[in-house]
Amino acid sequence: MNSQQNRRLAALAALLLLAGCGDGAYSWGWYIISPFDARGLNNIQFLLSGVGFTIAVALSAISLSVVLGLIFALPSLSSNRYLHLASRVYIELFRSVPMLVMILWVYYGVPVVLGVQIGVFAAGVMALALCDSAFEAEIFRAGLQSIEQGQREAADALGLSYLDKLRYIILPQAIRRVLPPLGNQFVYMLKTSSLLSVIGLTELTRRANELVVTEYRPLEIYSFLVLEYLALILVASWMVRRLERRMAVSDRVKARL
Amino acid sequence: MQQAGDRPVMIGLRSVEKWYDGYQALKGIDLTVRLGERVIICGPSGSGKSTLIRCINRLEEHSKGEILVDGIALDGDTKNLAAIRSEVGMVFQQFNLFPHMTVLDNLTLATMRVRRMARAQARELAMQLLTRVRIPEQAMKYPGQLSGGQQQRVAIARALCMRPKILLFDEPTSALDPEMINEVLEVMVELAQDGMTMVCVTHEMGFARRVADTMVFMDQGQIVEKAPAAEFFANPKEERTRLFLNQILTH
Repeated sequence: MNSQQNRRLAALAALLLLAGCGDGAYSWGWYIISPFDARGLNNIQFLLSGVGFTIAVALSAISLSVVLGLIFALPSLSSNRYLHLASRVYIELFRSVPMLVMILWVYYGVPVVLGVQIGVFAAGVMALALCDSAFEAEIFRAGLQSIEQGQREAADALGLSYLDKLRYIILPQAIRRVLPPLGNQFVYMLKTSSLLSVIGLTELTRRANELVVTEYRPLEIYSFLVLEYLALILVASWMVRRLERRMAVSDRVKARL
Repeated sequence: MQQAGDRPVMIGLRSVEKWYDGYQALKGIDLTVRLGERVIICGPSGSGKSTLIRCINRLEEHSKGEILVDGIALDGDTKNLAAIRSEVGMVFQQFNLFPHMTVLDNLTLATMRVRRMARAQARELAMQLLTRVRIPEQAMKYPGQLSGGQQQRVAIARALCMRPKILLFDEPTSALDPEMINEVLEVMVELAQDGMTMVCVTHEMGFARRVADTMVFMDQGQIVEKAPAAEFFANPKEERTRLFLNQILTH
């Protein structure tokens, strides 16, 4: 038997296993989310209604996280020991808190500690952004440090201010280099936002959970949920790749330095 | 020609020392550069010549002694630093052009951001200087599309855009392929003829003979010999200078 036949057999076996029709014990009820069924259509609309929150929370969190990450990465360019220490402490602290724990802590802890009422959306954005910013800071640090010393020296020699040097010389080059890992973090953020279902943000996963309770068809509903995330993430990755290509145009002619 | 001794002092170093964790890179450096003077610094690698030139615009901080540039003392005061850096141009061994910007943007960035020049005016000045270094046709290209010699000429034009009172060159031809060295040296000779105050670290002794007023030979962090160029080449006083010149002139 050649390897191609082998692969076909394996694929067939996997398909059988996946379909669960090995012993026919489970009877699928796809009608529950069938667009050709009035109830199914209703359910689909209900499930899809979470997509707005999933996208909004991920976009808000990644924006905040990029800003925080950049702020805590900047000390890596400086020679100030206290700034280094401060950013180190921040990164180590938030990198070691599990996402779910952070979500619970922010949601239940911040109102008590800071004395302000926050909604699930704000709590979700804050928790995701704080956890993620530690990783963003490390990504930016690598990007900033990869810029040749000579670039900073040339900017200094021309008399550019610190902010101009950052804005015109270092960041444009660094961001291009870290775009792939940044895109990766965004995809990761879209997925991790599913954890916010535990505090009741009505995003995709929460919607699926709610429907499971009323319809009691977890396998069909969660399969649909898997497809929702798959579609979302394929679109996101495609957009990130497009952005990378656009920004890489002037890189093709970059200096040989 | 005006007597060299009458002209105002542009750069003054007094007993300058520089340490890098326990290693002394500069020892008791005294040097005076007057307006319009061309000083060429040579010496074996590791002799401290690059460190010395980089102390003049404070890319390196000196540890002891005094450095005055255009009458302003170099110390921890950042206001002084910005003022001095905008008056002192520097050309690097590795060019250090900004690879993500066109040649024209490389030239206009500092004039617009530091000198607050309007865009149109900055572009006009940039084109003038690109013409002076004979590559105006490359203005819209990116540095990576140019040869090494062209890149270094862009770097010189970029420094000139700031209308500096002093130009520092840190081994400007050392990273170039041999056939490109002359096009860069030609531009530098023209600058010298126009009366630019220049301090240049180089091994190009033919160039040094043509443009230098003063030759400085450094070894092990010290100035071993400093003399008017004619005298320096015809009759070096120090044994170490003679040895060095023999080594680099024989081939």
